[in-house]
Amino acid sequence: MISAVNLSYAVGKNFILDGVNLTVEKGESLAIMGMSGAGKSTLLKCMGGLLRPTSGSVIVDGIDLAQTSEGDLNLVRIKIGMVFQYAALFDSMTVYENVAFGLRRHRHLTEKEIARVVREKLAMVGLPHTENMMPSELSGGMQKRVGLARALALDPEIVLYDEPTAGLDPITSAVIAELIVKTRDQLGVTSVVVSHDLATIRRVAKRIAMLHDGKIVAMGSTKEIESTLNPIVRQFLTGSAFGPIQITR
Amino acid sequence: MSRADRCQPDNNTQRASSDNSGRIQEHIASVALAPGNAVMRSLDQFFEFLGESFLLVLRTCSFIFRLDVDLREMLRQMAIIGVASLPIVVVTVVFSGAVLSLYMSQLVVKWGVGGYTGAAVGLSIARELGPVVTAVVVAARAGSAIAAEIGTMQVTEQIDALRALAVSPVQYLVVPRLLASIVMLPILTLIADITGVIAGYGVAVVNGVAGESFISSLKMQLTTYDVTMGLIKTLFFGAVVATVGSQQGLRTSGGATGVGRSTTSAVVKSIVIIYILNFFLAYVMFGGKTAFL
Repeated sequence: MISAVNLSYAVGKNFILDGVNLTVEKGESLAIMGMSGAGKSTLLKCMGGLLRPTSGSVIVDGIDLAQTSEGDLNLVRIKIGMVFQYAALFDSMTVYENVAFGLRRHRHLTEKEIARVVREKLAMVGLPHTENMMPSELSGGMQKRVGLARALALDPEIVLYDEPTAGLDPITSAVIAELIVKTRDQLGVTSVVVSHDLATIRRVAKRIAMLHDGKIVAMGSTKEIESTLNPIVRQFLTGSAFGPIQITR
Repeated sequence: MSRADRCQPDNNTQRASSDNSGRIQEHIASVALAPGNAVMRSLDQFFEFLGESFLLVLRTCSFIFRLDVDLREMLRQMAIIGVASLPIVVVTVVFSGAVLSLYMSQLVVKWGVGGYTGAAVGLSIARELGPVVTAVVVAARAGSAIAAEIGTMQVTEQIDALRALAVSPVQYLVVPRLLASIVMLPILTLIADITGVIAGYGVAVVNGVAGESFISSLKMQLTTYDVTMGLIKTLFFGAVVATVGSQQGLRTSGGATGVGRSTTSAVVKSIVIIYILNFFLAYVMFGGKTAFL
């Protein structure tokens, strides 16, 4: 469904992603874990067609996003839902308008049909009766759930989650993680979750890739990763200050 | 201790001193080249800004020519950019007209050519004061708002969210703002021109200029050409305000500080461009025309 081949992304001479290779199968959920600044969000944005790789390719449904024009990228983006780290709700619009935004622009629906889809998606994320609220009136967790409802409005085949539980309390994090699992199982969407929150990763992922310094250093099933002897992964999983990962910043 | 060993410290000292002199040379070179480098950097940034703005205009126009315009959003922007700017535009142009008339009427009465006050005030307002002051006020009020809003959307990933929903930020954000600015600036300027001339009339009369002579000289000297050209100038100014505001907003990075930087930069760049552009437009429009005196 999605594959990155020798994917690199550089800003000037600084390589944020350096030859990443990975594949995500249809319907599976892959978690990309790693430290802050490892290049996780950049990788996700390359997969979503928001950033153009410096070299290499990202192939989604047989289309190489690196070689596709901005106009044609939109045809791929419609198939991909994206949930942003800080929800990125349009703050000048109500919750209803946020969820309806993509529908108004890409589907020829009547207002009644739009209202039905918006209510259905908001109910799915457990936030009925919030339609007329502004994003600023919602808590962080609620904003992320509205962000998910907005991403699901166009019935995407792939959902990309950027740090879906960062900054949330453990219970809200668990609710969001359950929601990701429910979305995958009920709608059959392919999910890629970028996170450094181990609890979330263990809940949602069937496969894990560890990204460090712009490179994939380990990839495998959740079990394989949990039992790997790779020192970088071990240090990350145990949360130790001592090991191959040195924080110099 | 062998002779070679004894020589060792000397070699080290030599190496250290040659290292030092190398560093000093480098330092002198960097200091000497600093102004040149700074100029190159500013030129680089200037051409980058020009290039980005030009590309943005092209992309915006491609949506406009395809009639891919969100009319509802455009109307909303017309209200924000135009209607909301009206009071401040009127106040600034009224007082500019008033102060111009104050000096002018004193001068012309002294020279005994009081009959020219109307022409002088009217022409100055229609050709220059009305269009330029309106554009500068709109740049300060609406241009800054455009940069701040789009800049905030950029740093909070709302621009990415638009793109992820397969909506072009240029089509959704820039097109309505550009069209709204281009439509509203001439309307604002026309209102500003009228109120400015009325204020000028009031001040001239208070300063001893006969009301009838003010109006008759205004009618004789001020042509439709002057007013129209003044308004046409504002079409360009409107495009500058919206384009520079949007361009600065879209290239924002670095959180709240970045938004502040973009906002200031949008206003400064717009105003500078408006003044420079105004000279060349005036040169083309009025350069060969000797309507005044």
